[in-house]
Amino acid sequence: MISNDTDRKFMKQAKGLRRKADISSESYIQTVIRRFRRHHLAAVSLIVLGVIVLAALLAPVIAPYDPNEIAGPFGGAPSKEFWLGTDQIGRDVLSRLLYATRISLLVGVMATVISTVIGVILGLIAGYFGGVADMIIMRFTDMVMSFPYILLVLVAAAIFKPGLWNIILILGFVDWPGIARLVRGNVLNLRETNFIKGNIVAGMPLRHILFSEILPNTVAPILVYATSVLALSILDEAALSFLGQGVQPPEASLGNMLNGAQSLTVLTTQPWLWIPPGLLIVVIVMAINFIGDALRDALDPNSGR
Amino acid sequence: MLDENKVPLIQVEDMKKYYPVKGGIITHTTGHVKAVDGVSFSIMRGETLGLVGESGCGKSTIGRQLVGLETPTEGRIYYNGCELEEIRKNKKEMERIRTKLQMVFQDPYSSLNPRKHIYEILAQPMLYHHISEKSTVEQDIIKILDMVGLPRTVLGRYPHEFSGGQRQRIGIAKALSLNPEFIVCDEPVSALDVSIQAQILNLLKDLQKELGLTLLFVGHGLGAVNYVSDKIAVMYLGRIVEYGEAKEIFNHPKHPYTRALLEAVPVPDPKEKKRGRKLLQGEIGSSMNPPEGCRFHPRCPYASERCETEAPVLKGSVHMTACPVVLSGTEVASHG
Repeated sequence: MISNDTDRKFMKQAKGLRRKADISSESYIQTVIRRFRRHHLAAVSLIVLGVIVLAALLAPVIAPYDPNEIAGPFGGAPSKEFWLGTDQIGRDVLSRLLYATRISLLVGVMATVISTVIGVILGLIAGYFGGVADMIIMRFTDMVMSFPYILLVLVAAAIFKPGLWNIILILGFVDWPGIARLVRGNVLNLRETNFIKGNIVAGMPLRHILFSEILPNTVAPILVYATSVLALSILDEAALSFLGQGVQPPEASLGNMLNGAQSLTVLTTQPWLWIPPGLLIVVIVMAINFIGDALRDALDPNSGR
Repeated sequence: MLDENKVPLIQVEDMKKYYPVKGGIITHTTGHVKAVDGVSFSIMRGETLGLVGESGCGKSTIGRQLVGLETPTEGRIYYNGCELEEIRKNKKEMERIRTKLQMVFQDPYSSLNPRKHIYEILAQPMLYHHISEKSTVEQDIIKILDMVGLPRTVLGRYPHEFSGGQRQRIGIAKALSLNPEFIVCDEPVSALDVSIQAQILNLLKDLQKELGLTLLFVGHGLGAVNYVSDKIAVMYLGRIVEYGEAKEIFNHPKHPYTRALLEAVPVPDPKEKKRGRKLLQGEIGSSMNPPEGCRFHPRCPYASERCETEAPVLKGSVHMTACPVVLSGTEVASHG
């Protein structure tokens, strides 16, 4: 019995060792994927989000009706013909939902890209050069951060005429301070490391040091932060469109589809008008946040496993 | 110094490096950390100078000035007879000389980019400086890896897959890859296991002989420094207190501080304990506000009143000491 036990223990150890050996030979990407897959919630989220994105991309193919066409009865309940019913002026809610997801995701992704680019560039400059550049950039960042930004967005939307691209630009220019701070902090750390000093001693040019040495080492936290910015941007777009300052009708977005739910009658008697877009926002934002959470764990170079 | 015709490869004249200390409600400079305070020395081509001293005495700072990571507050550095500050003004000249001065870092765990594999780490600087071409770079790297005792299989692997000793070898390979003339080794073995230390020291020694390199070896253990160095400079609080041939300093230390450092070297003989070693008392002084006169006097067993007011200068021709109470041979004899 005892020998059996020790045998088993030994086998277990050997297995562990072999697994360790496997790990050491796998590439960074493989490690990240393996660690990511351990977060079941995130894996499911990724699939859900994938389906939603695919549906949004294929909207012109899938959508049963033209989203702006008056195709059925006014405010019709879900039926065989109109799966999610029709809105007050007889447009198919399902078709509009598909196109709205498209717009909302576009706004979210583009705004995130813009704010990430701005944040990364400003953060790199502030962190690497320090001194006056750092002071000016960081004070400006504090200023943008301390402004009640819904107000800022509303004012900007009022000045620049609400519309799809204006919303993207406005959200993009509002969300960067967090990323700038994050990047700056990371660069401050990295600048003092020996491998950066080694590259300076080796006479490598500034662009190499900034973009080939420092940036790849901050990509992980940027990516994680960007997922939360993505979720926020989608929420912000919904909020703005709900307030009528975002994407303008007849173009559909998840936010302005909710706009109709401002009236009590719609809320109580026509739930098919607001439950699907509302639910979709919740699902998208939650999925993105779960994915971001798992990414943080998976990309962390300090967690050994 | 013995051969007047030869120009030293590295010459330092009265180097000072002060770091400002900021403080106060409205941030302003409240004082200076005098990391290096008036240091002069020279290193001949093909020679190894060992720089020893306690942590915080400014030895690593000197290294950083020499490879151009920082510029001294005062004083001049000559490389091959040309002043480094002048060279820096001329971009083309700087480009040429840049790769000639390299550095091996103390901590091998942070001196390699964790996101790059060894091939990238070694190839990128070589390609940028046109030391090698795309078609030949792999062969060149393999040659260098061979020199530092690593197989070619390491090329596709990442730094975290290596042990400290192996990483230090890669660090040395990185410095060597740019065909340097002068390498600053900033405590290259102090982060390694004792058994690995000897390997790395031997490697450095062999490479130095083979390639005719000139080294500045910074360390805090006299044993390791003595092993690789031709000359040794002992530093205390930003100043050199003793300078000379390694053997001479090791066997006949004149400065009380050098003596104390040697006393602190552990001896693998249990009977030795009974012989009552004199260990240094107290802490190294503040480099913001160093002691008046001889900086070592608060801890010096031989200190006299004169030491409290008069700052001693380096004296002597071959074996130089900055101490008025130069120890005579008889006192040293007990040390063997």
